Amino acid sequence: MTPAHVRLKLFASLAPLSPENVDRVVISPGVSVKALLAHLDIPVAKAHLVFINGVKRSLDTRLNGGERVGIFPPVAGG
Amino acid sequence: MKNSLSRRIDVLALSRSLSDGSPCRTIDARQVMRLADEAGVTGRVVEVAALRQHVLPDRYIRNLKTLSEADQIRLLESAVCIVGQGGLGGLVTETLARIGIGRFHLVDGDRFEAHNLNRQLFSSIDHIGMPKTEAAVMRLKTINPGLEVMATAAYLTPDNADALMGSCNLVVDCLDNIRSRFALEAAAKGAGIPMVSAAVAGISGHVTTIFPEDEGLETIYGPEDQLTIARGSETRLGCLAPGVNLIASLESAEVIKVLLERGDTLQNRLLIVDLADYTFETLRLSGTTAAKKASATPQATAKKQRHFS
Repeated sequence: MTPAHVRLKLFASLAPLSPENVDRVVISPGVSVKALLAHLDIPVAKAHLVFINGVKRSLDTRLNGGERVGIFPPVAGG
Repeated sequence: MKNSLSRRIDVLALSRSLSDGSPCRTIDARQVMRLADEAGVTGRVVEVAALRQHVLPDRYIRNLKTLSEADQIRLLESAVCIVGQGGLGGLVTETLARIGIGRFHLVDGDRFEAHNLNRQLFSSIDHIGMPKTEAAVMRLKTINPGLEVMATAAYLTPDNADALMGSCNLVVDCLDNIRSRFALEAAAKGAGIPMVSAAVAGISGHVTTIFPEDEGLETIYGPEDQLTIARGSETRLGCLAPGVNLIASLESAEVIKVLLERGDTLQNRLLIVDLADYTFETLRLSGTTAAKKASATPQATAKKQRHFS
């Protein structure tokens, strides 16, 4: 199967955990966001907000390749 | 009294030109306060009276023509509750006072400490130990003594939240923890008023607007009863002035848009900013159903005009 890719943007305290080549993160088509994060050693518990192509989605959303994925940890400062 | 105030405004009005050459009648900021003293009213009341007879208080000249005379009156008649007077709250309060919001209720139970000096606008060496609301009130008096400012030096809790909303048209969430935000949201929904909400960590953050009918904070932080944390990434990343000031400016812009019903607000959307790579993106917080609902009910609640008793 041809590998698929997503663009991954990790915000705030998750940013240092970004994999190399964030613009072309290899995925197996059909993988959930949760499984992808686990595979990349990114703590799923900190992934409070999941955005796919600019729309809020859940950790269970499956990726097919070509998506922009954004992950925000909780942010509460003022 | 009104007629005599109107006559006095007319006598003191100056004829001048705006920078685009159009003619304009203005009244000096110090004359506004003199007339307020004479008439036994606040400067805000004099400013509104002047605008109604097409005399522009000169402090608002540079608001024209992005803001019309009618917009300026509407802002001066608005009452905004700003909860939290730290990094976000300080700059939001200053910005809204300068643009011409007329009435404020400022809420914070905290006092300034040295570690606030990296970002909090009203903090200074001389203010360490001072209640944050006291410094905020002092600052607003130096900007415009005609504003009507109430201050409560207490933390927001579910018990006092309803009373603190008073009779405001809008509340601005400038808090620093998740639980208080939920308490504030519940109070704002109970009062039937919109809440502009923001949060910061390091040099990133987000802003949204929650109307009473919206799902609101739950879409950002998850259900309140499943909260396991009070704070977020800021405990590791701190809060830096460029991030805080930018997010506070975005909150202030949103307050003005909501009050003036300009549309394109952040209802059901989350503006996210990350200065690490200059990300600015507006994300849809809910699926198509909620988005349709949002466009079908364009901010009806913002029209609700309420007044200080």
